[in-house]
This record gives sequence, C-alpha cells and structure tokens, in this order.
Amino acid sequence: MQDLSLEIQFERVALDFSIQGRNKKRILFINFVIYKDLRVEQNLQTNCISLFYRFSTGRMGEVKVIGSSGSVFCTRVEWALKLKGVAYEYIQENLLNKSELLINSNPVHKKVPVLLHDDKPIVESLVILEYIDETWKGYSLLPQDPHERATARFWAKFVDETCVIGSWQAMQAEGEAKARAIESVQELFAFIEKQIQGKKFFGGEQIGYLDLVMGWKCHWLSAMEEVGQMKLLDQEKFPSLHQWAENFKQNPIIHEIMPPQENLVNYFQGGLNYLRSLATNKG
Amino acid sequence: MEKENDEVILLDYWPSMYGMRLRVALAEKEVKYEFKEEVVGGVKSPLLLKMNPIHKKIPVLIHNGKPICESLIAVEYIDEVWKDKSPLLPSDPYQRAQARFWADYIDKKLYAPGRKTWDAKGEEKEEGKKELIKSLKVLELEALGDRPYFGGESFGFVDIAFIGFYSWFYTFETFGNFSMEAECPKLVAWGTRCLQKESVSKSLPDPYKIYEIILTYRKHFGLE
Repeated sequence: MQDLSLEIQFERVALDFSIQGRNKKRILFINFVIYKDLRVEQNLQTNCISLFYRFSTGRMGEVKVIGSSGSVFCTRVEWALKLKGVAYEYIQENLLNKSELLINSNPVHKKVPVLLHDDKPIVESLVILEYIDETWKGYSLLPQDPHERATARFWAKFVDETCVIGSWQAMQAEGEAKARAIESVQELFAFIEKQIQGKKFFGGEQIGYLDLVMGWKCHWLSAMEEVGQMKLLDQEKFPSLHQWAENFKQNPIIHEIMPPQENLVNYFQGGLNYLRSLATNKG
Repeated sequence: MEKENDEVILLDYWPSMYGMRLRVALAEKEVKYEFKEEVVGGVKSPLLLKMNPIHKKIPVLIHNGKPICESLIAVEYIDEVWKDKSPLLPSDPYQRAQARFWADYIDKKLYAPGRKTWDAKGEEKEEGKKELIKSLKVLELEALGDRPYFGGESFGFVDIAFIGFYSWFYTFETFGNFSMEAECPKLVAWGTRCLQKESVSKSLPDPYKIYEIILTYRKHFGLE
C-alpha cells in the first residue's frame, strides 16, 4: 500500500496519478465528496484539504448477492450491479429451507435479496439500489436534482406497496372479486402511465432507478396475467407503459438477467396452487 | 444555504407522528416554513388534493410550489436541499443503508400494531400490543443499543423517523395497558434525551393532548 498526500486550496480538484507509469487514473473532487477508499480532511480555517488515497491491488471489494430466482426484488439488484459494471457472485437461496448465511445476514427479516459487500450485508431492495448508486460511481441510477430524486423514490414506494401486491391479489382472486381487483390495479397503472408519457424511460434517455423498480412489469406481470387468466397491462389503455416495457426488455443488460417467462409462470402457478391447497385444507 | 425566496409550506396535522418528522427535520436545518393544518378525518382541502392526489394524506412538504409526499422521502429531500447545515444522514454509504433500513423498519413494523392498542378490541388489541412491544424491543436492542442516539453520537435520520412515535408512547401504554418504561427503558431514556434538543421540543405536541384526542375518538366510536 502507498499513501499519497496532497494539500490543495481549491473547491474543485482533479488528481491525476499513475502507478509506475501504468493504470493512469483521474479522481475528481467536487465539494470534498469522499470517494471510495479516499480520505479527505478539510481545514475549515485555511480552506486547505488533504487527500489520502490508499493504493490497493485494484479490487473494488467482494460483492455477493443472495437471491431467489423468480423474485421481483432480487433481479433489480442484479440489473443495478450490471449497469454499474460491478462483478458479483450470485448465491441462490432456497426460501423453503433458509441458509445460515441468509439468516445471519438478514436476522431481522430473513428475506432476499441481500447484498454482501466485503461481507457487510445490506438488505431491502430499494435500500440496496441506493447503496449501489452511492458506492459505485459512473452510471447514475438516481437523478441528481433533489425533487426528481424524491419523485423517483415516491413512485418506487408506490409500485412496491400497491401494484405488485395488487397484481398478485388479482391473480389469486376469482369471479367478481377478481374483476374488482383488476379494476383497482388498472387505476394504479393509470397513474404510472401519466409518469412515462413522452419519455423513453422513467430515468429519461437511459434506464434508471425507477425503471429497475418498474421492471417487474415485464415478464413477472405477464406471467401473473397468464396464471391468473387476466389482462392488466392492456396495450390500448396504457400505450406508453406498454412501449416502455418493450424498450426496457430490449436493453441487452436487462435482457441478459431477465428470467424466462415460462419459469415465472411455473413459479407463480406453484405459489397459487400452494395457497389454494392451504385454503382447501382450512375450509 | 437559505435562499431568500424559498417558500416552504408543511401540510400537517398536529398529532401526526409522520408530520413530526418533517417539523423536526426543518427545525434541525433552521428552515422557516408555514404550517398549514389539515384535520385528519375532516374535509380534505383543495390544496391537499392537488398536492397529493395519489394518497390524499398528510404530511406534504411544498417547496416553491412543488410537493414532496411520503415523510421519509421528504426528510431525505430536506437533507439534500439544505445540505450545508446539520446533516441528517451519515456520509458513508453503508451507514446510510443502515439508517434507511431502520427507518423502513419503523414504518413497516410499528404503526399498524400501535394503532391496534387504541383502535381495536379484545384479541386483536392484545395481538397488536404484543406485536408492538416485540418490534420495539428489536429496535431498542439492534438499532439503538447502548448509544445515545440511533445516529450514534449525534441525532440523525433514524432518530427523526422514530421521534414522533415517542410522543404516542403515553397513548399506547395507557390504552394498551402496559408500561413503556418497563418494556423498553432505553427507548424512553432516548426520548427524554431527544427532548433536550430545541428542534424536538418545539416540534412535538404534549403527549397528554394526543391521549385526550384519542380518548375522544374512542368515545365517539364506542370503544370506551
């Protein structure tokens, strides 16, 4: 390890360096943001900053994802890492027989996904997405403007707390209850349709945080529609949302990790059969 | 950095534990704002319906005419906009993730069971009480531990997320028939410590007034 120490009196600093003429790097400091392994000390009186950068063998840290295939919440984490160009190891979890690793990493909820960064666990998919965005720079997932960030977070929460559950309930319901459930979900989709009108992605020109959260509307929703014998994402009612889904699926990174629809159909059908068997046994 | 022409309005209802989060956050940042009262259970104002058409709920922060809904999202917004004073979230990404995790836990695990202690009867009420105490103990042990604040040495995001619930402790324990001090002494001590801060003491209502309003509610709905 080498330490590089520098004292500079500027607000915006670019530090260019290389190790023995190789691996040229530039680090840009704006308003003294701490970047990765860097330590910055600012003397408020003299406005001097000292930069301490630890040179290591270039590892960005060891990254693992504990997930379960079919989970809407796990795939979005993988998408985020891939978009950022972060290499990771995927650990498949059997949710019917939870591993010691999962229970130790997420003792409070015992759920997937879990991101392990140098063995430090981060849980809850939306929290993980923000962590990924803050830890690995380059591709931006969240917008820069605070109001736009708040708006993206609002819609992410809305989708996770209402649409996913609503669609699942519509899938399970039968008869008149099903019709009502479908109507409820489509009311929610109408709000989202307005958000995507005139835009290619929720993130603008490129896929962002909210697109990853909305990503379940692709194969997962189609699988729920097939299993539940219903249509929720009606192309006529929601043309912009429908177009967004087509654009989203075509992105090679998104496509690479998207589970095949047949697998999800089996996954949801299995889940539905299980719930129905429980109901039959109870009644 | 306070900008001369900033217009900040808070649509809120005085007993709301979620509204309290925004009051404290704005006070920590020394942001002047206009408090506009919305009575929950009353007729919703045109402003509320315009600013939060999806959920039609308070609190809503309105900054220069633009609404920010959902209290924790609004607290993060406040932290990002008025970033030169009293940081609420830590700067390290892992610490920030921990803070967001616990704030999310508070949102998911406390409100519903807490409500059952004063809004439900019989077995449902008992279950609510047990669930509430269980979740509070997890918070006390895992999130607070032996530290003065959830934020560690200084008051921060998770403290703000939870402080509103502190003002409801008296209501929960009185109607739920248990003692918060006996079940979660460290949380009670934490609350007392937070009240030493002006941003908290001037933002939280008298717990007894919350109890009184719930008592009126219960009488109205035949729960007394």
